[in-house]
Order: sequence, then C-alpha cells, then structure tokens
Amino acid sequence: MAKVLMKGNEAIGEAAIRAGCLNYFAYPITPQSEVAEYLSKRLPEVGGVFLQGESEVAVGYMLFGASGAGERVMTTSSSPGISLMSEAISYIAGAECPAVFVNIMRGGPGLGGILPSQGDYFQATKGGGHGDYHLLVLAPDGVQEAVEMTMQAFGLAEKYRNPVMVMGDGMIGQMMEPVEFPDDLKTEPTNKDDWASNGMSTRKSKKKNLVKSLFLDPAELNQHNLNLKAKYEQMKKEDVQYELYNADGDYQILIASYGTMSRVCRTAIDMLKAEGIEAAMFRPKTLFPFPEKQVHDAALKETCKCVISIEMSMGQMVEDVQRCVMGKKPVEFYGECGGEIPSPEKIMEIVKELIG
Amino acid sequence: MGKAFSKPEALTDNYTHYCPGCTHGIVHRLVAEAIDELGIRENTVGIAPVGCAVMIYDYINCDFQEAAHGRAPAMATGIKRVRPDLMVFTYQGDGDLASIGMGEIIHAANRGEKITVIFINNAIYGMTGGQMAPTTMPGQRATTAPAGRDTAQTGMPIRMANLMSEIVTPGYVTRQAVLKPQMVNKCKKAIKKAFQYQMDNTCFSFVEVVSTCPTNWGMTPINALKWAEETLLPYYELGDYKTPEDA
Repeated sequence: MAKVLMKGNEAIGEAAIRAGCLNYFAYPITPQSEVAEYLSKRLPEVGGVFLQGESEVAVGYMLFGASGAGERVMTTSSSPGISLMSEAISYIAGAECPAVFVNIMRGGPGLGGILPSQGDYFQATKGGGHGDYHLLVLAPDGVQEAVEMTMQAFGLAEKYRNPVMVMGDGMIGQMMEPVEFPDDLKTEPTNKDDWASNGMSTRKSKKKNLVKSLFLDPAELNQHNLNLKAKYEQMKKEDVQYELYNADGDYQILIASYGTMSRVCRTAIDMLKAEGIEAAMFRPKTLFPFPEKQVHDAALKETCKCVISIEMSMGQMVEDVQRCVMGKKPVEFYGECGGEIPSPEKIMEIVKELIG
Repeated sequence: MGKAFSKPEALTDNYTHYCPGCTHGIVHRLVAEAIDELGIRENTVGIAPVGCAVMIYDYINCDFQEAAHGRAPAMATGIKRVRPDLMVFTYQGDGDLASIGMGEIIHAANRGEKITVIFINNAIYGMTGGQMAPTTMPGQRATTAPAGRDTAQTGMPIRMANLMSEIVTPGYVTRQAVLKPQMVNKCKKAIKKAFQYQMDNTCFSFVEVVSTCPTNWGMTPINALKWAEETLLPYYELGDYKTPEDA
C-alpha cells in the first residue's frame, strides 16, 4: 500500500478502524482532539459508533460497558483526561476487559501545558488508578509506529483481557509523517461469549455472564490478584518490545530514551559518531512490560562507562533503568519538560561531559 | 385450579441479603416480572450499582456488569451504543444516582439513550450505614447529620423525577412507590412500560421508586412504611412527570 502523509492524531484514528475497532468514545482535550474530529467523520462512513461523552470520567465507563459487552473499543485523551479515566481503567483491569486507551501526553502536573511531555510515565506504568494492576503500555517514536502500535493494541488487549495504553506525546499527535497501515497487523476479534455480558441468548450454556471487580471474600480477592499477576508475568515473558541503536560497536555510554525523545537522541548519536564518539541507545517500545534484561545486558557492555536516561520529564523512567542496572554501572539522568525538548547539541554536550 | 402465583424465571433462588422490611426485594421482583412478561431475559444486560443493590446480579438472572459508584448510565450507554439489540437497564440508589452520578444520569437522559433506569429513592445511604443523601428530608437524622439535615448548609432534597422532566429530549419519567399493594401494582406497570419504551426504541426511561430503609431510619418495617407515606410522599409526589407522547 502506498504511503500517505498524515497527522499523528488522525493516523491513530484511522489505525483503529484498520485494526477492526469500530467503536470510539472520547472527550475533547488538547493536543489530541483531532482524533475525535477525524473519527466523528470516518466512523459513520464505515458503520461504526462515535460518541462524544460528557466527561473523561463518563467516557472511561462507556469503554468499560462496550468492552464488557465484548466489542472492540478505543478512546484517546491527554494527561489530565487520563487522570479522570484512571478510575475506570482500574475497574476495567479488575474486571479483566480488553480496551485501548491512547494518551497523547502534555505537560503537568495539574493543567500544566499543552506541549509535548513524558510526565505520565509513572501514571501509565506504576498505576494511575487504585489497586494492584498494570496496563500494557506501548510507546511509539513517530507517526508510523503510533499506527502500528494502535493496530497491535487491540490484539494484545484481547490476548490478556487487559486494558492497553498507547502512550505518545503532543509531538507525535501533532506532526505529519508519511504512513502506511500494514494489513498484517489487523487481528480478528476473539470470541468473548464465555465471559462478556453480551446477552445469554448468544451462548449455548444459557448461563449468565457477569463482568465485575468486586470480590468480598478475602481469599477469593487474593486469588483474583494472583491471577492478574500471572498475566503481568506472562506479558514480561512474551510481549516485551525494544530497540537497541548503534549497539554493535564499542560504545562508551548507553542512552536510555523512548518516544519523541529517542528521535532526538538518535540524531545526537549519529552526530557523536561523526566526531568519533560511540554512544548506543536503549529504547523501550513497551514501557510495561519494561525490557529489564535488555537494558541490564546493554549497560554491562565492558566499554560502557555509564548509562543516562534522557526524558521529557523530571526523571521517571530513570527509576526503572536504575532498578534493572542494579548498581552495576552509574545511571545518570537528564530531562526537560513543559514542552522544552533537549536538543541534539545539548545531548552531545552532556554525553561528552560524562565520558570525559 | 390453575397456578395463581409463581416465582419469575428472571429471579434466582438465592436468599437476598437485604434487611427486614427493605423494599429492594419488591422492586427486584417487579423488574424480574417485567423482564419475564416481555420475554427479554436472554437479551438483557443489567448494570449493578454501588450501594445495597450491588449484588443484584445474585438475584436477577440475566447478564450483568458491575459499575463504579454513579457510573452506571455511562456504562449502559457504552453497551447500548455498541449493541443496540440488547436491552440495557441500570438499578441505582440515591447516593449513586443523585449524588456522585448526577452528571452521568443527566447526560444519558439528555442524549436520549435507549436505556431503562430504575432509581431507588430511600432518602439515605444504605450500604455505608445511614449517611445523609441528596434526597434526605429536612430535619431527617443521618449518621453525617446527627442533628437532622440542616437545609441552610446542605440545601433541600433533590427531586430527581422533577429534575429529569425538565430535560427537553423526549423520555419517560415517572415517580412510583412500593409502600402499599396498590402502589406496588402501579409501580409494576410503570417498570414494564419503561422496558417497553426501550424495546420499541422509543426513548430513555426513568422510574423513580420511593422506598424504605428501616435499618438506617431506625424504625420498624411497619413504622418505616408509615413514615415514608407521611413524610416522603408529600414532597416526592407520585405520578408520570414526562412521557414521550408529550413531545
């Protein structure tokens, strides 16, 4: 298929349709409202459902209802909106329903700003809502990957019966890049008759299905949480995605970076190489499950003097990097946020300083 | 002689956990009878609230989803929009619907979602133990209003059916009660009508049911019925507040 030039937000909307998701609920928020605008036109053309909810709180539960009834469903929002949806996300994870949430991150805390940020790493990977749950979190580095990850998200959500988040930022949402929609990323929806509340008449057993997260018996709730934990462990075994860049040679420093920030780091690495300095990049494509062993092993390379996590935040992913490197190499951090994105020159300067 | 009375198929054999004199059991039965009579049980999804009726799915025998506090109308919207062929109803109390879920119920009604809402108004929070609700009467004691509801601080009780009737989008809004056999019969008709409007894809439907909570009111079941009739009904007047035919 030929490539088309599309804005990230619109491409994400189109990717959902191409992946077989015809149900979308959302509430407007900058910098991702173009997804809703695009789908308000496109979904009726393909016989899908578009609804603008009255709040992100309500939209979260519209997703819960739709996914509980066994249908593929997506919403998109940005940081403050994801905070409001986090209650529903906890319930959806607790009730083991598949649903796709896209967060086009903006600066925080509070209203923060409307420019790109990576300040929601903790929220996405460590909780957000209450209770012991995890999202599977995919972090694209551009419009093409945003398309591919959005398409993958539905299959992953159904594989684990767990909400999946695609976490981009305002840069990815707003910029235009050439994209294609790979047909092979489309998955067939799984049969949900054994658990979804889609009407007893759909199943032979005529037994009622119950979608719920309440377990008042302590032993039952403990077992429920053990079952959820087993899914998160399975994600760690089967669905870690990452990229190592310029890591074949004898690099002196390992830069950990993801999303938009990794694009800048890639440029800095190329510029450093031209000057005879070898730096490698570790880029997690899944923020949960985090590529724990991969960053550990890459950091342990003999020639590698130190690791630095470079983020559009005040230091969030760095905690995972430190955890995985286990003190075997120094782990440094550099970050800017609020819409400021460290430049390649700035990254070069920091790298040179660190490796002396 | 034929069989005069039997348990609806849509009711399970479980004993309910409700307190003696609580009217949830009556309303559950009315919902089950309506479901049976319309023959929709295998095509119905209920939304359980947060409150005393959270385990309604143990008593009504159809598919269910369990909502967070107040969010049932948003969940029902999600289901109905993606599966318009299903019959979807919520069953909510007054803390759930009239307090934390006010936004969701108003907007679901205003969009004209083709869902049915059963709203139990017993003027108090039941499950959490008798705290003040938006529907608590002036002067009525609650565990968070030990001297009685002070309307200067907390406002007057919210009359949901009256409020819902102001929504311009066509809908069916009625207030019923289950304090006497005649009222129960009328309430049954209203609930069935509410489901019928959904079946016919006519409109959003809302049945408020004035109910009792003897435990948290600190009354015997008999006195609770009497108090509800004398105190609640003059303020919460019964009857149809809006029908789609008005539009």
